[in-house]
Amino acid sequence: MATIQYQNQKLSAFDESFDSQLGVRSVYAPYADWLAGMDFAQLAQKSRDAELLFRRVGITFAVYGEEAGAERLIPFDVVPRILAADEWKKLSDGACQRVKALNMFLNDLYHGQEIIKAGIVPESILTNEMYRPEMQGVDVPGGIYAHIAGIDIVRTAADTFYVLEDNLRTPSGVSYMLENRRMMMRLFPDLFRHYPISPVEHYPQLLLENLRACAPRGVSDPTVVLMTPGAYNSAYFEHAFLAQQMGIELVEGQDMFVKDDAVYMRTTEGPKRVDVIYRRIDDDFIDPLAFKADSMLGVPGLVSVYRNGGVTLANAIGTGVADDKSTYIHVPEMIRFYLGEEPILSNVPTYKLGEEDDRKYVLEHLAELVVKEVQGSGGYGMLVGPTSSKAEIEEFRLRILANPGNYIAQPTLALSSCPTLVEQGVAPRHVDLRPFVLSGKTTTVVPGALCRVAMREGSLVVNSSQGGGTKDTWVLQC
Amino acid sequence: MLSRTADHLYWMARYIERAENMARMLEVTYRMSMVHNAAQSEAGLWVPLLRIADNYDEFIAAYDEISARNVLYHIALDEKNPSSIYSCLRAARDNAHAVRVAMSSEMWENINSLWLEFQQLDKRHLLESGLSEFCDWVKSRSHLFRGVTYGTMLRDDGFRFTRLGSFIERADDMARLLDVKYHLLLPSANDVGGAVDYYEWSALLRSASAYEAYLKVYRDAVTPLRVAELLVLRQDMPRSLHACMNELTTILDQLNGETGNECKRQAGEMHSRLHYGRMENIFRSGLHEFLEAFLMHNNRLGMEIQRTYLNAPKVDEPELMMDFKW
Repeated sequence: MATIQYQNQKLSAFDESFDSQLGVRSVYAPYADWLAGMDFAQLAQKSRDAELLFRRVGITFAVYGEEAGAERLIPFDVVPRILAADEWKKLSDGACQRVKALNMFLNDLYHGQEIIKAGIVPESILTNEMYRPEMQGVDVPGGIYAHIAGIDIVRTAADTFYVLEDNLRTPSGVSYMLENRRMMMRLFPDLFRHYPISPVEHYPQLLLENLRACAPRGVSDPTVVLMTPGAYNSAYFEHAFLAQQMGIELVEGQDMFVKDDAVYMRTTEGPKRVDVIYRRIDDDFIDPLAFKADSMLGVPGLVSVYRNGGVTLANAIGTGVADDKSTYIHVPEMIRFYLGEEPILSNVPTYKLGEEDDRKYVLEHLAELVVKEVQGSGGYGMLVGPTSSKAEIEEFRLRILANPGNYIAQPTLALSSCPTLVEQGVAPRHVDLRPFVLSGKTTTVVPGALCRVAMREGSLVVNSSQGGGTKDTWVLQC
Repeated sequence: MLSRTADHLYWMARYIERAENMARMLEVTYRMSMVHNAAQSEAGLWVPLLRIADNYDEFIAAYDEISARNVLYHIALDEKNPSSIYSCLRAARDNAHAVRVAMSSEMWENINSLWLEFQQLDKRHLLESGLSEFCDWVKSRSHLFRGVTYGTMLRDDGFRFTRLGSFIERADDMARLLDVKYHLLLPSANDVGGAVDYYEWSALLRSASAYEAYLKVYRDAVTPLRVAELLVLRQDMPRSLHACMNELTTILDQLNGETGNECKRQAGEMHSRLHYGRMENIFRSGLHEFLEAFLMHNNRLGMEIQRTYLNAPKVDEPELMMDFKW
């Protein structure tokens, strides 16, 4: 018999399913009953079935630094993360509010810069590497810069959520939201009768509608394509998956060319005009004439056509300045400034090591804090103080001192845990949540998310590149 | 459709077909090696196989001896041999991986699981006693892939480029197989009817899945002329050159766009050679010469398809000016 009673296990944080005083939480009650009727071997078998299916379908990701083309599976956990309707409302409202403000911020930054004049965001933001002077004064359709945003949210108590990060460049992971759901329905059809679970399957259609809506002016039936760096990119599976689900071409840089201030793709019937590019390739590589000159992945001249309004890029060029960790600290004020609203979701208190007072405090408390690179991602280049050795901390201290402006620090949050199938049974493991916010005529989010889980006991690092796994996220309709 | 997508589909199909035909050739040679023939040295038996795949020189450079085991390894498993079955299946899977959205999910899952299974194979068992089993496996995976393609793929240009790849490759492989085998077999053709000869001809037919068909069509002894007729000119024989050209001309006519006239012209010219050809005449002027010309024309057609559709140049490049006499 399987159970989420967590016998003999100490909870080190808020648990999504279980309270040591109150027992199983109400959202997990039907699940706990169902689980009681399963034995551990059955559950483990389902988990192996899932792995086999994922491998056969080829839902894999490449890991940087490993042999080119090496493919690994992201561990999939068969226990869902379940969110009640009211919890989701707060999360989704908060995420949409942030993205609205961030889009307005980008539009402002690349036009009148009112927020700098108001003294809310310092002028030094214009020296940020991710600020693109090429975009200054360029109008983009609908004033939308981040058409697709992934907001990383963690929970520390029943009613306390924090935004860890806004991903506004080329956020990935949505394919796992969709494929994990498909897998859960296939493995546990009976569970879906017990729960009123909001569907997520319409995400690709919603995305396509959004992309079509941001076509250059005057184009009534736009050709939308998805641009990928290629089959060896770590997120290639997702690129292919989304292109297929939207029924659009999956193109690489070499498939497109610029002629007479327009972008074309090369087809078996001759050149075909491209109107909207959902690009999953970083700014730096998109056009060798505009950015990195040695990029083999881009399309020469693309940025020039874009600036003239001949093609739409989603996301826009230059969104990186808004999800930079040094800009992050200003988001609550942006929400007040642009929307006149109070932020629904909180920021994690953040210390900037470029500032002397903050630096002094952080260097004295490294063992308690999480230190990150300002532009780092994927869990690379970070220090988790409480789980690091003395030597690791001292080594990191030297790196900070060499370039303090490159780092920020945050208190180590006790991320909530969620029941997870591990070798010994069902045990609590720490999780985060990334809902995907789409911006077009309106700002929306489908009721679901990528839930990442740190498979190692006690670990707080959920990134897939660091051995994290994923779960299906169920948002209950009532 | 995107030129690169068409290119990957076309080459995916070519490599699968090539793997299948390598397995067919490997098996037929292996079977021949089991028929005792005092006049035939072991090397003499295996060399033609290396010639078919155009990698005799590489083989000689890499191995110290032409032995069954070395050739089997080289043709089936050698990662360094670009036309080994290993390399073909890997290339097919890589091409599929690059354009998995252009095919049905069943096709992708099929080719992906083929590759996963291949990696699980017991390689030592294969070389020692499992060769027939292995060749059967390659053939049946190829059949399965063809079936899932035919049964699930949208009938768009993606389907057509996939089929185009299969038939260009099949025509090439069949012509090579016939050419090399005739070289090997014809010197002894004056004693048609001898037991060894019978076995070798029928092994050739079997390698093209044509043995039963031969019996059904001719109801008579196996003779070189009829074998050649069946595999070159009979359009009801699905692996014959004529059947391949029937498919190629049909598919080229169905492709969308206005750019393919030269491809159609070349395919049509090749097709009429086979459609109106007579085996007696071909034999009179030399089957080897005929097959050699066919191979060059087929190769040129492949290059023209590549130039017109798959590389899709931005500006018009002149067509390749090459001509070969039949």
